[in-house]
Amino acid sequence: MDILRFLTAGSVDDGKSTLIGRLLYDSKSIMVDQLEAIERSTKNKAEGQVDLALLTDGLRAEREQGITIDVAYKYFNTPKRKFIIADTPGHIQYTRNMVTGASNSDLAIILIDARHGVVEQTRRHSIIVSLLNLPHVVVAVNKMDLVNFSQDVFNDIVIDYAQVAKSLGLKNVTFIPISALNGDNIVEKSAAMPWYEGNSLLGLLETVEVHEDVNLTQGRFPVQYVIRPQTEELHDYRGYAGKIISGIYRKGDKVVVQPSGVESTVSAVEVAGKEVEEAFAPQSVVLHLADDVDISRGDVIVKQDAPVQVAQEFEVVLCWMSNTPLVPRNKYLLQINSRTVRCVVKELEYKLNVNTLEKELSPVQAGLNDVVKATIKTASPIVFDAYQNLRANGGAILIDETSNVTVGACMISTQAKQEEFWPEI
Amino acid sequence: MGSYKLDYLDQLESEAIHIFREVAGQFERPALLFSGGKDSIVLVHLALKAFRPGKFPFPLVHIDTGHNFQEALDFRDYLAHKIGERLIVRNVEDTIKAKGLTEQKGKLPSRNGLQTYTLLDTIEEFDFDACIGGARRDEEKARAKERIFSVRDEFGSWDPKLQRPELWNTYNGKISKGENVRVFPISNWTELDIWNYIRRENIELPSIYFAHEREVLEFDGRLVATNQFIQLHDNDVVTRKTVRYRTVGDMTCTAAVESSASTLDDIINEIIATNTSERGQTRIDDRVSEAAMEDRKKNGYF
Repeated sequence: MDILRFLTAGSVDDGKSTLIGRLLYDSKSIMVDQLEAIERSTKNKAEGQVDLALLTDGLRAEREQGITIDVAYKYFNTPKRKFIIADTPGHIQYTRNMVTGASNSDLAIILIDARHGVVEQTRRHSIIVSLLNLPHVVVAVNKMDLVNFSQDVFNDIVIDYAQVAKSLGLKNVTFIPISALNGDNIVEKSAAMPWYEGNSLLGLLETVEVHEDVNLTQGRFPVQYVIRPQTEELHDYRGYAGKIISGIYRKGDKVVVQPSGVESTVSAVEVAGKEVEEAFAPQSVVLHLADDVDISRGDVIVKQDAPVQVAQEFEVVLCWMSNTPLVPRNKYLLQINSRTVRCVVKELEYKLNVNTLEKELSPVQAGLNDVVKATIKTASPIVFDAYQNLRANGGAILIDETSNVTVGACMISTQAKQEEFWPEI
Repeated sequence: MGSYKLDYLDQLESEAIHIFREVAGQFERPALLFSGGKDSIVLVHLALKAFRPGKFPFPLVHIDTGHNFQEALDFRDYLAHKIGERLIVRNVEDTIKAKGLTEQKGKLPSRNGLQTYTLLDTIEEFDFDACIGGARRDEEKARAKERIFSVRDEFGSWDPKLQRPELWNTYNGKISKGENVRVFPISNWTELDIWNYIRRENIELPSIYFAHEREVLEFDGRLVATNQFIQLHDNDVVTRKTVRYRTVGDMTCTAAVESSASTLDDIINEIIATNTSERGQTRIDDRVSEAAMEDRKKNGYF
């Protein structure tokens, strides 16, 4: 049994929370007392039907306004898999939360209302899925019951969305016609749509292959903490604690400690205090090196056979998440895995219109939910891979040093061209 | 080896260890909140995996309401001693006396609200900048919204609308003086995951998690162990039943479930078969209102 993490994205009225409620309900993950609680709440709404959306709206303001304002995490199991759902808000002012939910997901379900087809928000959500490089996309065409389960309606939407997917380079896109409200094609195949030959949504979620999304070839080990017991019997014990974010580590492997570039050899690999032959992503382990080198938190022990990028200046695609605008020359902290360094956002190359995909060149600033291409310069080198090649080592956050708030999500694209002169920051 | 696939429990374990080490790497004075309940026992087990052969970079801290089950307290002391880590205990009773706080009245007086005062005082006393706790997102719908690194202001308040975005596995633990972070390494575990992990790792638990005979009061469809804090009346129905605890909190607000499950296998089978949620079946304090947990968290509760 393994884990599938997925997010659901859709417009306010696409029935997203209803879909999640349906998955939980039909997989028998909703308990009687929870159902009673939403039945009590539903009575206040004079609709008569149990409102499955109430299961995911955890905050009072959400229940009052009937909207989702933050990421909620929901869990269910089938005999085949454990599922973690990031339920993210659909409306524009909370796009940053969708980015948050997408960053940890293997798969995105993009909901489309069969009556409305591909709309602006569909594009916006798809762009985020593309930027965050999710390996799998499921397009769930919902409310098929309201279009008489029409195959033509479904096919038209498939054709429309295929254009979007192509322009964004989305991988592994699957289409499913559903009715979340009635449960059509959610757990069981729907008798109302005999023309649909694919899997039910749950059937698909249970079988989509995510193991291959783990990169096992480029060894990356960010050091989080150094274990030094300094007791009599363990006087010389010095273990580097961290999580292998990609690749496989074995005793005897040649490694390079970055950003210093010092070379060494793995002398032991420990998992939970026991020495093992090898360990692989995403295991948390302790590595020992043959040489006495200076390593501390924020350094990355890289496999020698898979070089990494080490640079102080690089280009990023950045999603801005703060009400305070991003202005070029602003300084922030940049955190990538366990390494945190000061940085300056040098210039904004363009702002991406997430509805039209048009680029506005050299914008003066970026506001909340804007997506921009920017160049960042750090006070000391960081160790990274291009996000589109290795998700685990290409994402960084920006932190406002004065408020300590996370204000930006960076997908690093490449090392910038070196400049002759750059003043101290 | 050879397949390079991690089982789901290994994935959850690795994620939790990573979070523990982020706390160790990012904070000066963290603490691990430890009650002797199953979730915090799992936290200790994970911390051993994260830091041994070194010592924990934090003490274990228990906020004792004075209404705890003796079995849980005994186990708390036993485990702290066994692993040789420092245990700090602070008592709600002392806070009530020192601050002249008013206790809840009624049949099942809860100290859940008062616990927050002692917790905040303890954080101030030791200047803790991070408190690791065993809350899980599947427990309750307000918890489903909380970050793994959850920033609290100097009043311990959680503002659900102003949470920091939490991306990838990158946890922002930056705070200002007076603030602290609550850290939840097992956020993504469900009740069933916890029990499956306890079984796989053969983790010791206090005896009250297994079936035993106990005198209980039948109250509002729940079974509450009779004890010195509960006001019994003549028309109360008190019987002896074979029960176990699905969660362990205060004696006044935790209900037992009727069960003959005496092994981990039995318990896991019961949990798979149950149609009632963990908190719904056993927590009397969550039922007060739909937003009971949200309100408590805003006031500094875990």
